[in-house]
Amino acid sequence: MSTTAPPMVSFRHAVKTFPAKSGEVRAVDDVTLDIRTGEIFGVIGYSGAGKSTLVRLINALEPATAGEVIVDGQDVTALPERELRRVRAGIGMIFQQFNLLSSRTVAGNVGYALAVAGWPREERKDRIAELLDFVGLADKARQYPSQLSGGQKQRVGIARALATNPKILLADEATSALDPETTQDVLDLLRRVNSELGVTVVVITHEMDVVKYACDRVAVMEGGKVVEHGDVYSVFARPEHRATRRFVGTALRDRPSPAALERLRHRHPGRIVTVAVREDGASSTDLTRALREHPVDGTIIYGGIVEIAERPYGSLTLELAGEDAAIAGFITDLSSTTSVLDLGTAEHPLADPDAVGPRATTASPEGDEGPSSPTLPQAVDTDRLADADSPTWNPFTHLRRWRR
Amino acid sequence: MNNETDWDYLVPLLQKAFGETLWMVSISLLIAGVAGLALGLAVYVTRRGNFLENRIVFTVLNLLINTIRPIPFIIFVFAVGPLTMALVGRTIGIEAAIPPMAIMAAVAFARLVEQNLVALDPGVVEAARAMGASRWRIVWSVLIPEALGPLILAFTFLTIAVIDMSAVVGMIGAGGLGDFAIRHGYQRFNWEVVWATVAIIIVLVQLVQVLGNALARKALRR
Repeated sequence: MSTTAPPMVSFRHAVKTFPAKSGEVRAVDDVTLDIRTGEIFGVIGYSGAGKSTLVRLINALEPATAGEVIVDGQDVTALPERELRRVRAGIGMIFQQFNLLSSRTVAGNVGYALAVAGWPREERKDRIAELLDFVGLADKARQYPSQLSGGQKQRVGIARALATNPKILLADEATSALDPETTQDVLDLLRRVNSELGVTVVVITHEMDVVKYACDRVAVMEGGKVVEHGDVYSVFARPEHRATRRFVGTALRDRPSPAALERLRHRHPGRIVTVAVREDGASSTDLTRALREHPVDGTIIYGGIVEIAERPYGSLTLELAGEDAAIAGFITDLSSTTSVLDLGTAEHPLADPDAVGPRATTASPEGDEGPSSPTLPQAVDTDRLADADSPTWNPFTHLRRWRR
Repeated sequence: MNNETDWDYLVPLLQKAFGETLWMVSISLLIAGVAGLALGLAVYVTRRGNFLENRIVFTVLNLLINTIRPIPFIIFVFAVGPLTMALVGRTIGIEAAIPPMAIMAAVAFARLVEQNLVALDPGVVEAARAMGASRWRIVWSVLIPEALGPLILAFTFLTIAVIDMSAVVGMIGAGGLGDFAIRHGYQRFNWEVVWATVAIIIVLVQLVQVLGNALARKALRR
């Protein structure tokens, strides 16, 4: 898809506030963002980050409080209700709980969208058959939603959303109620919708896997703001915002949680480092080379490498054995090509500031070094260690409890 | 007082009373069904967060329902006398029974309709809005069909409540089974007549419930 085509959706300082007991809640807070024509765009964030509200600005199910939302060249914030209904008919939407009409059959649900859009009755039948064929449910036309599995219900939802040949499909946590295998099927279907029908797809999710598998570009939301956005790989490979780093860590679990790190230190009391593995594949090659060239033994004790946007992504955690100077040289060398996070030794531990998951049972020191800043051996501040009994407040642990 | 019940005399009267009850109940239900459905929908759609949110209309309608419903029906029949007079031109007789029965039944049904709509998944309404459906279309093509099973059960409940009301309006000369049981049974110390009438009402109520359940099951069979 040409990047010179005008964006399908353009948010310009979009704001949406809701009245609340104490003042107001800014569910969407000054968002400026373009969704390109023909892409699959992900909006990721924890519950309450404002992503559902953001996509509802596109079809004006929620009218924007301020700013502009330009959809296919038209500012929907300026349209009266009657006009909005016409715009909505050109935007498909699917939902986490499917939201099918339980009183209508599968064919009836798809036909409903056509009826709303004013299709003549005689043309509906062929279109329904065509759509059910596309989503692979041709044999279920006469069944009621309650007779279908979750994945099948979502396929009906997709058929219904596509009924009127929309240019945009909004998927609001469309796979969050599905098991992993069904999620995969539905994501494959969404990719087909995008590639075969040329529909611009906007996917809201709290599942990293969904973005990883299906999206071209992604926006990360937190507290109503888009804190980071861009190409999926670059956002996740070099996350600039803490929210994004947490997300990546939570989803991939390639780095040991504080509790896991503590257990690792029991078995591996030596120097522990985490080495990032990124797209060009050079970082794992570099690791092999550095281990060969320096008088250092490396044992892989933790890690994971997956694909994001069809490119490798992850990290490996190693225990290094050797002279202190040799280890320092090894780290400096490797840091020149990839990011290396020094986790110290059992005797002088250093924490991973972006670690996610269960906390260590004993105190862990605060580390200010991010994963992108290569670190050299550090002296551990023992005073701070003593103070570190109270776990540092982590703004995401309470959010994580909200998930699912 | 006779020891023998004169059924030859009473059966024609009973038939007439039965006819009066059926007539009163049918007309009241017809009016209350339409008015109650409209009122219930109006309360639902103007409720906070719904698609025709309107605090003033909601408050007024809600207050109206809450004011009328707790009035004991026997008092209500007399209390709306002036309105009955204005509507049907008299305050006694079977025509005069219709306004109080219809009004009381309508507000009761409005509440039942509203409660069943509130129980609907708002996501379905949102899906219809996302397709570009107008509000009016959502009412008749989403809200009512989706809640049809519970609405049929609510109407069944209402029918039985209206049969109950019809026994009271004998007080204003509207006749009916209740009036028959009191005048030809209770006031003549003839318990046989009272029980026979009660048995007829029980059978009537059972029939209504069985029919209502069957229709609701049909609506919910999916």
